Amino acid sequence: MTFRSAVITFPGSNCDRDMADALEKVSGTAPFRVWHGDAELPAGLDFIALPGGFSYGDYLRSGAMAARSPIMQAVIAAAGKGVPVLGVCNGFQVLTEAGLLPGALMRNAGIRFVCREVALTVANNQSLFTSGYAAGERIVVPVAHHDGNYFADAATLDRLEGEGRVAFRYAEAVNGSARDIAGVLNGTGNVLGMMPHPERAIEPAHGGTDGRALFESAVKGLVGA
Amino acid sequence: MKVRVYVSLKNGVLDPQGRAIHHAIEGLGFSGVQDVRAGRLIELEVDETVTDEALDAMAKQLLANMVIENYRIERVPA
Repeated sequence: MTFRSAVITFPGSNCDRDMADALEKVSGTAPFRVWHGDAELPAGLDFIALPGGFSYGDYLRSGAMAARSPIMQAVIAAAGKGVPVLGVCNGFQVLTEAGLLPGALMRNAGIRFVCREVALTVANNQSLFTSGYAAGERIVVPVAHHDGNYFADAATLDRLEGEGRVAFRYAEAVNGSARDIAGVLNGTGNVLGMMPHPERAIEPAHGGTDGRALFESAVKGLVGA
Repeated sequence: MKVRVYVSLKNGVLDPQGRAIHHAIEGLGFSGVQDVRAGRLIELEVDETVTDEALDAMAKQLLANMVIENYRIERVPA
């Protein structure tokens, strides 16, 4: 079965090509490329990806303008029907600003932009996106962000942890995120937002392949191996 | 008419930018500054027909992120 995926490009996205490349290499099928001004998504999608970058120049707040762009109404509707949505880096910021994920991503606690490989632990390996990892597995994936400091109130954090919705945690100090949260799932498990870039770690030439299992998990879970 | 929307971080939300500004102020040799919180001022030029309810909705839906921020709206007399 063909894996029908789409990568959304906003003005200022800069990881859309990496994301499309990762989806094509893992699934064997090139994703649709969708522009922020489009009002509709291609029919029958299995997977939607919001890439990293600096959409709208991070004006107002990172992800704020993109979250209100025309295509996001279609993404919100698709997510509501259960279509898997992955947001990486700026894509995670867009998902929180659009209300698809709780919390907000604030300026890194150390003020500086952080661009390096970081160690993560897989906190939940039961999701569509993480089933290819072992529980508690330690993986290394690059980060590159200025606003990755995850914030939510204590009650929300307790709920996320209690419901197993923390997908990844930082295994080292990176940006000051509450409870070291690097990636969170929505309540129905079909939306994942994460600051680290799995699409930049899918083949040996990247220097690591620990991100590949995320895409393999999704492809296998959605259209079979 | 001019409308000012002041957006500020909620109490209890750490403000790394405010902290960095605070350090810089101290670095310049000023003393007695106990805390610094950085916010944002957004000025709108609106028709008289724009209601308080509409301004409030703009602030809630876009100008402020209600997860981390508060806002205050002020109409500026001409």
